[in-house]
Amino acid sequence: MNDQTMTPEERAANLKGMGSSRKRVEDVRFTQGKGNYVDDIKLDGMLFGDFVRSPYAHARVVSVNKDAALALPGVIAVLTAEDLSPLGLHWMPTLAGDKQMVLADGKVLFQGQEVAYVVAEDRYIAADAVELVEVEYEELPVLTDPFEALKSDVVLREDLEGQTEGAHGPRKHHNHIFTWEQGDKDTTEAVLAEADVVAEEMVYYHRTHPCPLETCGCVASMDKVTGKLTLYGTFQAPHAIRTVVSLISGVAEHNIRVISPDIGGGFGNKVGAYAGYVCSVVASIVTGQPVKWVEDRMENLMSTAFARDYWMQGKIAATKDGKITGLWCHTTADHGGFDACADPTKFPAGFMNICTGSYDIPTAYLAVDGVYTNKAPGGVAYRCSFRVTEAAYFIERMIEVLAIKLNMDAAELRRINFIKADQFPYQSALGWEYDSGDYHTAWDKALKAVDYEGLRAEQAQRIEDFKAGKTRKLLGIGLTHFTEIVGAGPVKNCDILGLGMFDSCEIRIHPTGSAIARLGTISQGQGHATTFAQIIASEIGLPADDITLEEGDTDTAPYGLGTYGSRSTPVAGAATAMAARKIRAKAQMIAAYLLEVHDDDVEWDVDRFAVKGAPERFKTMKEIAFAAYNQAIPGLEPGLEAVSYYDPPNMTYPFGAYVCVMEIDVDTGEWEVRQFYALDDCGTRINPMIIEGQVHGGVTEALAIAMGQEIAYDEMGNVKTGTLMDFFLPTAWETPNYITDHTVTPSPHHPIGAKGVGESPNVGGVPAFSNAVHDAFRPFGLTQSHMPHDHWRIWKIANGLGMHG
Amino acid sequence: MIPAGFEYHRPGDVASAISILQEYGDEARVVAGGHSLIPMMKLRMAEMGHLIDLQAIDELKGIEIGAETVSLGAMVTQHELITHDGLASAIPLIREAALQIADPQVRYMGTVGGNVANGDPGNDMPGLMQCLNATFELSGPDGNRSVAAREFYEAAYFTAREDEEILTRISVPVPDAGVGQAYEKQKRKIGDYATAAAAVMVGNGTASVAMTNLADTPIWSEAASTALAAGDVDGCVAAMLDAIDPVADNRGPVEFKKHVAAVMLRRAIDRAQSRAA
Repeated sequence: MNDQTMTPEERAANLKGMGSSRKRVEDVRFTQGKGNYVDDIKLDGMLFGDFVRSPYAHARVVSVNKDAALALPGVIAVLTAEDLSPLGLHWMPTLAGDKQMVLADGKVLFQGQEVAYVVAEDRYIAADAVELVEVEYEELPVLTDPFEALKSDVVLREDLEGQTEGAHGPRKHHNHIFTWEQGDKDTTEAVLAEADVVAEEMVYYHRTHPCPLETCGCVASMDKVTGKLTLYGTFQAPHAIRTVVSLISGVAEHNIRVISPDIGGGFGNKVGAYAGYVCSVVASIVTGQPVKWVEDRMENLMSTAFARDYWMQGKIAATKDGKITGLWCHTTADHGGFDACADPTKFPAGFMNICTGSYDIPTAYLAVDGVYTNKAPGGVAYRCSFRVTEAAYFIERMIEVLAIKLNMDAAELRRINFIKADQFPYQSALGWEYDSGDYHTAWDKALKAVDYEGLRAEQAQRIEDFKAGKTRKLLGIGLTHFTEIVGAGPVKNCDILGLGMFDSCEIRIHPTGSAIARLGTISQGQGHATTFAQIIASEIGLPADDITLEEGDTDTAPYGLGTYGSRSTPVAGAATAMAARKIRAKAQMIAAYLLEVHDDDVEWDVDRFAVKGAPERFKTMKEIAFAAYNQAIPGLEPGLEAVSYYDPPNMTYPFGAYVCVMEIDVDTGEWEVRQFYALDDCGTRINPMIIEGQVHGGVTEALAIAMGQEIAYDEMGNVKTGTLMDFFLPTAWETPNYITDHTVTPSPHHPIGAKGVGESPNVGGVPAFSNAVHDAFRPFGLTQSHMPHDHWRIWKIANGLGMHG
Repeated sequence: MIPAGFEYHRPGDVASAISILQEYGDEARVVAGGHSLIPMMKLRMAEMGHLIDLQAIDELKGIEIGAETVSLGAMVTQHELITHDGLASAIPLIREAALQIADPQVRYMGTVGGNVANGDPGNDMPGLMQCLNATFELSGPDGNRSVAAREFYEAAYFTAREDEEILTRISVPVPDAGVGQAYEKQKRKIGDYATAAAAVMVGNGTASVAMTNLADTPIWSEAASTALAAGDVDGCVAAMLDAIDPVADNRGPVEFKKHVAAVMLRRAIDRAQSRAA
């Protein structure tokens, strides 16, 4: 092993570094049921919390009677806003500069809102006590439509009454939150006025929910002897949670230890802070006992962070030859009862201004109005960077709508408008600098792979057959070329609650040549322990199998902003490479000393430093590691470790080309995905197997969203889709086969050229599925129809086009 | 999703189960596979002090294939319905329908007796049993009696079964050779109830047609069956559309359900006719 008899290629392969489809080290425990999730944590004397929740979407809370609940043996406490108010904890700040009730303070604003928190000796008693808390409500008029809310006299947020200035500028109405404008309004409107062709459409991206398999929960444990609070929880950002808990509870930050154990999926749902965390912390501080709170599925769907709910009015201008000259978008964003969006502070609509997509659009204007309604708060990035799925869906629908208006093939319309490879770095009209891309190459590869011309010929035949009464099935070809913006982000313009969005990695090399690395991120299934070890393996020449990865314990890991928005590889992955390079720099000095040559006379060779021109004289990284702890080297401290806090100079811009081929039964609205081709360019590929898995998972979530998944409300504000019977979560049965493919356009500014991939398939997948539905009906006159495309909505399209006789 | 407290009973024979029902009255419910009752208990929409588990009662188990009749124990699981070779050749329609119920994990626990006795209009087996003209055997404090599946359902969750009775077995007449059978179901996803489902038998100048989840009970239509027996498919569909009374829900509005009902019925008829001798 590792001697001169092996070629450099063989030695590199042994490292299982970048490019290796190394199996996931996490799966050893997950596939044996040995994971350790929050609900697996059991502490001595642990109590259990449970919520009394509002059955009404908008009501005044007249009274809360705890007597019967407190009389139940085993009940320790029943907390209401009145109890939290002396501590100043009956409200909490949101990530969006708003504030949010922890427990109902005089009124409730959405169905499922937390009204009282019961603490009991066991989980069953807690649930029994919830039934015994008597709450008297006085119902108020309900607003579920954001357009209505902006006209209504009904004041949802009485606490904000009279405040004409919000966290993001002026408020135009008592139910209005903010207006966010980007781009050049006047020029864009002038372009629209003079254009050969303008296509206009309302594109609605419906409200849905990340619905991770594991719901949200925590265990708060206050040690009254040491004064130390340990908080275990399903946190996508454990370090930020520690800071937030310290700021709102008054417990000093060094006395708080936040631990994110194994997390069963997050998808943005576990970024923000929830009432359950605050109440559990308070209950543990008061009782001196650990308190566990874990929500059930219905609570998760009804009350924790939703996603999307953007009404995007669009106008796109073009020459008659199809060259796009301008894009205009006004979005009405339904934020629910509180603005609890998880976006970087300066971006109240996230990165919605990536909505010019993959296209060279010279002029654009975007305005977003945030609105309060009687729905659950949230607005998180569900498997996407902040509002990027909304942006991608918008532009990919507008392209299709424009293609209809121009009577052009939508693939060709995209091709003539793509940003060209030689235009990168590219300044977009809405303010971003795209780092790298080669869209034409990806597009051509994708269309060739699916035999696009052949598909169109087949579709033409199908239309003939349909018109001749030979079939009742239509064929839809859904195209998408998306551009993501991930890796938030540069501290100069990205922060959350004032915390710059850098990330970190600390690496310690052990004397025998193995290592431990700790990061400020936290895996929720992404496989960080597998992939980050591969980055280190390639950078410093130690086998990935000999490198342990740890995340999620704020007492041991360096500070970081966590895992969401595909930021782990772009930011923490970069920190990992930079920390490894610091180690390699020191290792070079050690090697030179051991080889008795000048530092500049050795060169790196896979897993060793060798004397230039004399490759038989070398020291392996393993030997160097031992020397670091065993030799007194003049001018060098003992040991071999490094830490890097990485502030990325720019976002990364992954992209991809997706094609969905769908069969649609016009009589029943049933659909079947016949083929799904996903080409992703995420820059340098760390672990192709994990990338493929990420694409499979992300496209499956996209399938769910496009084809049925939604959080729907009736006019009374009741959640109609609060269980997995009605909230569509695909099983293996509904999930098609996927063909994955790739091109590689490295990020020029990322240390290893990687861009991030976890969210691309959701960003690209949703428009691909939706466009397939639209494309099937395009020859019969359909321009736009809102998601989700469940059976009855597809049937309704067919019915509206007169296909049912 | 935490149920209220309850006492758990696990009797070894039907008589013991009935005596527990008599002892606790409204406070007691029997549970078979539990796929309807246990979620309701967790939601606290069903609360009872005494739960009587029928798993340990051997006389409620087993599939008996006779020349004229098939007898299904109430505790026979959907999985057993699917994997029983004799049943598959005697009445293929049962296997075809059972394969469209929920998913394999549910079918390992879900029972045919629970499916028909609960009176949930979403369940597949009630309509199927009406199509097959099955008879339900009931045991109670006053002895045993039989009720035709076509007479059993009164309204959603209301059936001819008295509170102190237990549905013990299902007798299904074996269709004549040459009768084609088909079960057609539209659903949103695996595990879902039907948007519309149709059970059809046709052949030898006879026909029987029933549909599921399109009213507060399963719908077997004599008029539709008679029309189909006479070869009048349009008349059959028209009669069935007249008999059903769907309500709007997350699956869609009434007009959509009626349209899909007709489509499912026509497809089931087509397939059943193609299988008829």
